[in-house]
Order: sequence, then C-alpha cells, then structure tokens
Amino acid sequence: MKYESQRVAMPYFIFALVLFAGQIVFGLVLGMQYVVGDFLFPEIPFNVARMVHTNLLIVWLLFGFMGATYYLVPEEAQTELYSPLLAWILFWVFAAAGTLTILGYLFVDYATLADITLNRLLPTMGREFLEQPTITKIGLALVFVGFIFNIMMTALKGRKTVVNIILITGLIGLAALWMFSFYNPSNLATDKYFWWFVIHLWVEGVWELIMGAILAFVLIKITGVDREVIEKWLYVIIAMALITGIIGTGHHYFWIGSPEYWLWLGSVFGALEPLPFFMMVLFAFTMINRRKRNHPNKVATLWAMGTAVMAFLGAGVWGFLHTLAPVNYYTHGSQITAAHGHMAFYGAYVMIVLTIISYAMPIMRGRPYGNSNTAQVVEMWGFWLMTIAMVFITLFLTGAGILQIWLQRIPESGEALSFMATQDAISLFYWARMIAGCFFMAGLVVYLGSFFIKGQASFDDEVHDGPALKDA
Amino acid sequence: MTSLNLASESNSRQLPGDLAVWIFIFAELAVFGILFIGFAVARSLDPATFQAGRDILHPWIGLLNTAALITASYLVATAVHQFREKRSGVHLRLWLAVAVSCIYTIGKMYEYVNLYSQGYNLGTDTFFMFYFFLTFFHFMHVILGQIILIILAVKVGNGDYDGSDMNGMESGASYWHMVDLVWLVLFPMIYVLA
Repeated sequence: MKYESQRVAMPYFIFALVLFAGQIVFGLVLGMQYVVGDFLFPEIPFNVARMVHTNLLIVWLLFGFMGATYYLVPEEAQTELYSPLLAWILFWVFAAAGTLTILGYLFVDYATLADITLNRLLPTMGREFLEQPTITKIGLALVFVGFIFNIMMTALKGRKTVVNIILITGLIGLAALWMFSFYNPSNLATDKYFWWFVIHLWVEGVWELIMGAILAFVLIKITGVDREVIEKWLYVIIAMALITGIIGTGHHYFWIGSPEYWLWLGSVFGALEPLPFFMMVLFAFTMINRRKRNHPNKVATLWAMGTAVMAFLGAGVWGFLHTLAPVNYYTHGSQITAAHGHMAFYGAYVMIVLTIISYAMPIMRGRPYGNSNTAQVVEMWGFWLMTIAMVFITLFLTGAGILQIWLQRIPESGEALSFMATQDAISLFYWARMIAGCFFMAGLVVYLGSFFIKGQASFDDEVHDGPALKDA
Repeated sequence: MTSLNLASESNSRQLPGDLAVWIFIFAELAVFGILFIGFAVARSLDPATFQAGRDILHPWIGLLNTAALITASYLVATAVHQFREKRSGVHLRLWLAVAVSCIYTIGKMYEYVNLYSQGYNLGTDTFFMFYFFLTFFHFMHVILGQIILIILAVKVGNGDYDGSDMNGMESGASYWHMVDLVWLVLFPMIYVLA
C-alpha cells in the first residue's frame, strides 16, 4: 500500500462482504419458498425476501465499488486521499441508512414503511429494485455527491491516468442516473422509461466502465504489463460498452408501450452487447499471457480471469439468449431472465469486487505480496465452489425457463398450462437450483474463512517462478 | 503501380495504425453489418414499403454526399503519404478534408429537415425507421471522424507529431476510411437499389 489513506477502503470491503453473506441467506430463503410456498410465512413473505435479496446485492456492490475507488484512485493519482475523514463519515452514513432500510423491509410492512418515511411528499417507492424509501434515496444521493467530491479532489491534485478518468466517469454516470429514481410519473409507460434509465444504464452502461477500470488496475498491478497497452484496451472496451449499451436499452422497450422501431434497435444493439464482454476476456487473458512478472498473489489473478469469463457468459451469452425481439416474445419474464440475472451479476459485478478485494485486502492487512499459500488455496476453493455453484444455478434456471416456455408460452390454444400448473411441472429444477444454492453458500463460507488464515506470501515466492518486480 | 510502390516502401506487410483502432473498426463494422442484414431482411419481407420510401428520398443529395466523402478520403490518404515523406502542407490537407466532408453534414441535415417537415420520422414505417436510424448513426460517426481529423490537423500544425511515428496519423485515417466505406454501402443500399 503506497498511501496510508487507501486503508479507508477496508471498512467498505468488510461491510460489503457482510451484506453479501446476508444476500445469500435471503437467496436461500427465496429458493426454498419457490418449492415450499409457505416457508417462513407470514414472517418473511416472498416479496419482502426478494426485495431484501436484490437490495442487499445493489448496496453491497456499491460498497465494493466505493472501497475499490478509495483504494485505487489515490494509488493511480500518486497522492493521499483528499479527505479520509469524509470517507469515514460517508461510510457510517451509508451503512446506517442501508441497515435501517433493510430492517425496515423486514420489520415493518411496506405500506407502513412508506407512511412513516413520508413517501407521500415525494412518492418514489414501490418500483422493482427502487423500493427504498425516498429518504434513503436522498441519503444515497448525498453519499454519492460527497464520495465523488472526495474522489475528484484527490484525482485532480495528482497524476491523471486513464484508469482514474474512466472510473470517475463511470461513478459520475452512476450518481447522475440515480437522479431518475426520483422521477415517478403516473403514466406507466413513461415511468418504465425512466426506471430503465436507472436499472439498465447502470448495469449495462456506467457500471461496465467501473468494472473495466477496476479490472485494468488489477491487471496493471499483477501482470506488470505497460500501462499504455492496458489503457488502449480499456478505451476500446468502454467505447464498445457505451455504443452497444446505450441504444441497447431498447431491448427493455419491447413490452412497455414504446414505438415499434425499438423492436429492431433493441434487438440489434442488444445482440452486440456481448462484444465488450468478449473483449474483456481477450484483454484479461492477453495481458496475463504477456505478463512481465508472476505476482505471488495468484488468487487475485484467478479472480481477474474468472470475472472476465463469467461476465461474458452471464451478461454476454445469457443476455444474448433472450435479447432478440422474436425470441423475447416467448421468453420475457420467464426463468430465462432469472438465469441471466444471476450469472450476469455474479460474473460481472460480484466477481470484479471480489477481484479487487483479493488484490487489495492482503496489502491493507500488511501482506504486500498476498496471503499465505494456504489462505490462497482456501480462497481458490471458495472461488471454484461459488463459481461452479453459480454455473449450476444458471443452468437449472435455464432448464426451468425452457420448460416453462414450452409448457406455458409456446402452445397457441387451450393446451397451454396455467402459470401455477407450469410451476408445479418445473419444480424439480427449482429443487436442483436450491441444492446448487447451498453449495454456493458453502463456497461463500470457505471464501470468508480464508480471511482468518494467518501468514503471508513473500517476495521470494515470485523469484522462484519467473521475472520479478519489487513493486507490489 | 501502387502496390509495387507500397511493396518497395516496406519490406514486411504491416497493419497501418494501432491494433486497438482496428479492433474498434471491426466492432463498428459488425454493428453496421448487422444493421445491413436487418435492412435486407425487412426489405425482403415488405418490398412495397421500401420502394415507396426510396422514391421520396433525394438521390442527388446522396450522390453529392458520396462525392464529398470520397474526396475527403482522398485528401486524408494523400495527407498520410505526405506526412510519411515528411513533406509540408499535411495539416492543410486535413483541414481541407474536414471542410469537404462538411458538404456531407450540411446535405444530410438538409435532407433530415426536409423529410421531417413533410411528416416523415423514425416511426413512419420500417423503411424510414432504417433510413433515419442507419443514416443518423452513420452521421454521428462522420462527426466523430471530423473531430479526429481536426485533432490530427491541429497536432500536425503545432508540430506535436513528426513523421517518424505514424501511429496516430494512420489510426485516425483508418477510422475515417471506415466511416467512408460504410457510406459507400449505405448509399446504394438505401438510395439506389430498386
């Protein structure tokens, strides 16, 4: 760690991992409710558990992005963070707001929550993924503003690098698009446009910039490849991400009452959205092949390769599967969507956050060359257990989706099964998904366990393997 | 003759410009390629609408635009050669290319205003959806290409580049030629083919 103030990333990472664990617990609750409908009813109804599962995901990824930013921006800019104190204050504000919101979901019914948080003054609640009370949304906006101020002040006083510029552009985009969550028009079609401006333009737009910048930073560090080469790739990747991603929003417009031409634009640009993810795979593997050093933190390298591959599969391939309008006519809102959502979020955003944690956390804990070999092996077990479990979750949901479409959507006359009868018919897939989910949880426990193993890798570990650079 | 000259200039075949730009060009061509396929499929499904739409366009403006883009490309190509030979006047050629390409941007805007005032837009029918989207998407690429040419012209004019490093100049020129190439497919496809 080159600058003391980078250490402020640590609480962000730790809290992110705690929320990650919470997210998976609620994932298991949901998986169970799919097959045992009244599981934990009436204490935790399905809609509440789903809200907690998805909101925790978003919040912990934001904590992860913020931690990553606090770690890498000072290092790239070659200067201390502008205000570590502000970073700490915002951490506690965000953590308190996030925790209170989740507790509110769990202990107060949603209508009462809307009432006591004065939603009526500026109604923004009740929309999928944007369920947060308005005051939480305002708090989040203030946290974003303070966070970006702190980061901008840091970046501006130091070295300007492409990684920093792209990361900060992504973060400003993230904050700016969040503003659409406050606009809640009564016309449902209009509402859906603005809703997608947050949801889609986050995950298929500006978040890709954030992901690309974090990946580039980790690759510069672990491979020792020249910054210029990595920056060039990064430019091309983010240009493609924006060209395809922005008009690609149209693949969400097939069913919301928008003009017909979106069927074409959404299909064509949606079909091209896998391109930047494919380029990220080429990017990661080419840079690692061309490495000028063998970094002793091998597990960070594994995460970097893993995130590129899994993002391409989950966001790219599984996204393409149902992005074409004629296909989406049948697949819309089926379990295919759930399959895509799971693997895309895990591959692209969970894994990129775990990549930077895997690289930065040992350094912040005083282990500049990474954790001990044992800890790395345990972490690799966590990697493979979670990743393989996620592949199976995705495959089982895809199977469920295909069967669901076949039974419920394809038949054109009376032989189509009803929704509930179809759900019964595909319950075997849901059970299988539940088992895969348990393996995912086991993988997470192993992964978290790796943090408690003592010892560290040494500079000598690198020398034995190949060329070495004394710069961690 | 040209190929002989090229062969004598360099012993090994080399990609002009940066590999990253070529990846970008390839991706851009993929985007346009898929849109062209979409156009062909839609046209085969509904030839009458496409014929009716085509009859309303202004082929002479399209032809003028084509001539403008080809001329600009010629100027860019010769500018690159002059630059390699370290001759003067490179930046003037680049500025001239930008000026000539403005015939295209003005012509295109005239067409848009004209069609729009007659009540045609993206939602009129499938033909006009493709017409407006494809040509406007290309229009945006021309603007980006012009910005790149202006940056090159300014840098060359200031002496920031010398002829020993061709990377920036060749990369920018390659991108411009891609924009030109796409129009050479777009023009006959939309304006001419019956």
